[in-house]
Amino acid sequence: MFKFFNPSKIFLITSKAPKYVMILFVMVFSIGLLEALIFSPEDYKQGDSVRIMYVHVPAAWISLGIFSSITFLSLCGYIFKNMNLFLIAKSLAPSGLLFNIVALVTGSIWGKPTWGTWWAWDARITSMLILGLFYLMFLIAWRIYEDKEKVLRITTIITILGIINVPIIKYSVDWWNTLHQPASINILSKSSIHSSMLFPLLIMTAAFVLFSLLIFLMKYNTELIKIKNKGLDRL
Amino acid sequence: MYGRKVKLRFFFIVAIILSVILSVFLVLKSLEENVVYFKSPSDIKSLGKFGNEKIRIGGMVKQDSIKIKSNQVNFIITDLKSEINVTYSGVVPNLFSEGKGVVAEGYLKDKIFFEATKILAKHDENYMPPEVKAALENK
Repeated sequence: MFKFFNPSKIFLITSKAPKYVMILFVMVFSIGLLEALIFSPEDYKQGDSVRIMYVHVPAAWISLGIFSSITFLSLCGYIFKNMNLFLIAKSLAPSGLLFNIVALVTGSIWGKPTWGTWWAWDARITSMLILGLFYLMFLIAWRIYEDKEKVLRITTIITILGIINVPIIKYSVDWWNTLHQPASINILSKSSIHSSMLFPLLIMTAAFVLFSLLIFLMKYNTELIKIKNKGLDRL
Repeated sequence: MYGRKVKLRFFFIVAIILSVILSVFLVLKSLEENVVYFKSPSDIKSLGKFGNEKIRIGGMVKQDSIKIKSNQVNFIITDLKSEINVTYSGVVPNLFSEGKGVVAEGYLKDKIFFEATKILAKHDENYMPPEVKAALENK
């Protein structure tokens, strides 16, 4: 069923694609930055600090999205005993952690002028920090365990424990009183963010997705080279 | 179509996920008191007794309730059902204003009087340019 995961074919793509993804990323990212920093209006209440949101929100989305993906891949990899899926999950994780940290740091920078504090132990912020710890555990587990079977088992357990946290992060602002505001963008109902601010937000999201893709391709390429060097013709 | 082992692993994973969800749910349920970042004035009203510990109260700053004398700020936090009088000396955040969300950290003196040691402004989920805000107000 996973015949199309032929390493030599994938390798052809992963060794050539980063160049093009890089060009696309630079283009989208520059448009996004221009839109977010110059052309978009300031907020009626927050003034210019609203511009931090254009980095903060996409970063948080992507870090949640990547964790969900690595959980799905690890579980499928475990159930179908497919090593390739684990390697994809492993290569995705670093950009997830990066964006998790970006979301926390930009949130902190925004929090100081808006809320009046750098940090608050409210449900949203704390659960986001916990997600970061799960990312760390996942990446460290790949580093410290030599035995392949053991790594796969432990990273699967880490993703199962961590994935429970993802809906908690999403709904923390609705379930409990938090300092963090509820979601502005709703798919089913009307969003409470003006379209002139939504547009740069979506472009920045696209830019960050491309960046994650770029890092993923480079990481995954390295994994494939490692396999090649070991002289294995299949995963 | 899948082997017995694949099915076994699948149900094993499902069982683990369900039990983890259940245990996390129970933990959060029992810790609810600590997970909430602040209490509303109505929560305080229904509180049987209160101790001397630091708590946070959140709600909306009532319209026309901010009074500033020398370096002390007095205002009323409301959740449209109950109200609490707050006094605070110090700097308030920029976004602190009437009709907007606020979280006050400090000590309850009695059920309607609160002495804050820290004021945080709570931002809502509305994002719009000033012109749109002005247009909305003129409607």
